[in-house]
Amino acid sequence: MNTINGEAPERRDIEALLPWHAAGTLSRRDAERVERALAGDRELARHYELVREELSETIHLNESLGAPSARAMEKLFAAIDAEAPVARKVSFDFAGRIAEFLSSFAPRTLAYSAAAAAVAIFMQAAVLTTIAVKDANQGPMLASSGSGETHLVIRFTPQATVGDITKFLDVNKATMVGGPKKGSLYVVRLSDTDLAKAELARVVERMRAESKIVEFVATKE
Amino acid sequence: MQATSDEVLIGRIASGDRLAMQVLFARHHVRVYRFVLRLVRDETTAEDLISEVFLDVWRQAGKFEGRSAVSTWLLAIARFKALSALRRRPDEELDEETAEAIEDTADNPEVALQKKDKSAVIRKCLEGLSAEHREIIDLVYYHEKSVEEVAEIVGIPENTVKTRMFYARKRLAELLKAAGIERGWP
Repeated sequence: MNTINGEAPERRDIEALLPWHAAGTLSRRDAERVERALAGDRELARHYELVREELSETIHLNESLGAPSARAMEKLFAAIDAEAPVARKVSFDFAGRIAEFLSSFAPRTLAYSAAAAAVAIFMQAAVLTTIAVKDANQGPMLASSGSGETHLVIRFTPQATVGDITKFLDVNKATMVGGPKKGSLYVVRLSDTDLAKAELARVVERMRAESKIVEFVATKE
Repeated sequence: MQATSDEVLIGRIASGDRLAMQVLFARHHVRVYRFVLRLVRDETTAEDLISEVFLDVWRQAGKFEGRSAVSTWLLAIARFKALSALRRRPDEELDEETAEAIEDTADNPEVALQKKDKSAVIRKCLEGLSAEHREIIDLVYYHEKSVEEVAEIVGIPENTVKTRMFYARKRLAELLKAAGIERGWP
């Protein structure tokens, strides 16, 4: 008898799982249980074919429903734009970006990375200490490390998103190398060499024009 | 190249990233629309509701804890919106819709069977199921949701999910039998 209450419990459980087995959403353990049962039970295997038929027609039915018009998206973004600016946390989240970056690696890669990170943290501490000492000697607007590279100090606007900042850095071929420091200032490397005065002034002017993204840019010749 | 995960997009949306919102919308809006449309059976209402679903995501992204897949969260919001819309709908309108559904299942499968199109009959009978049964069949077969995920979306225990799926399929078999297709189950 093929009712949900009229069979041996194990077979009943397996039968109840057939729709999820057909859709491929069972755990490996359950999927193996179902596979073993199907291999030894012709009646169950016939029932499974009916489930697969239902699955196929349900997909067909849903796919034939079409898609919404562009009106849905227009309405959504009009509503988003009309909303008062929501108080959101400052969007440049180093920890979040690092987590996002690390999530793309396999566990073994991460294990090697952890060892490398420990060395990197030690090295970075030494570099930051050097910068802090230089800051104390040369004032808060220090922007050049004196290592032949060109650095800037930047403060981003509270409204700037991670996307805005990433694009801004890409466009200006700049790399974030430190911060946030006191006053929400970030240190950005602009070039591996000392840029000419005129060139540096031109880049800084261009950056300052992006007033929706940056509210402060400083350099030191 | 690996696509940005839904969870990362939600994190960006929580920071007010409009572009991340566009990406998430592009990725999921069609399936959410189809899920809602199968419940409310009205295209204009379904379009309005998906705008509301994603607006909720924009507003609530900071509260998303990542304990379930983003698609599961979206469908749970969509279901709540659809049921709320159905409750607001006048009884008169619901009666007309029910009458249409009954009429559909009574006549069309037989016509289709005369044309020997078994697939069309099954699809017609799937449309003739109650909203509760349509919902669970769609979540399992089309939206590829596990027992646990369906339980979360519908708000019922996992054992009830399995039982409801069984009875939805049993009802489908009855509708098919009435339309002239005897499948030998249950």
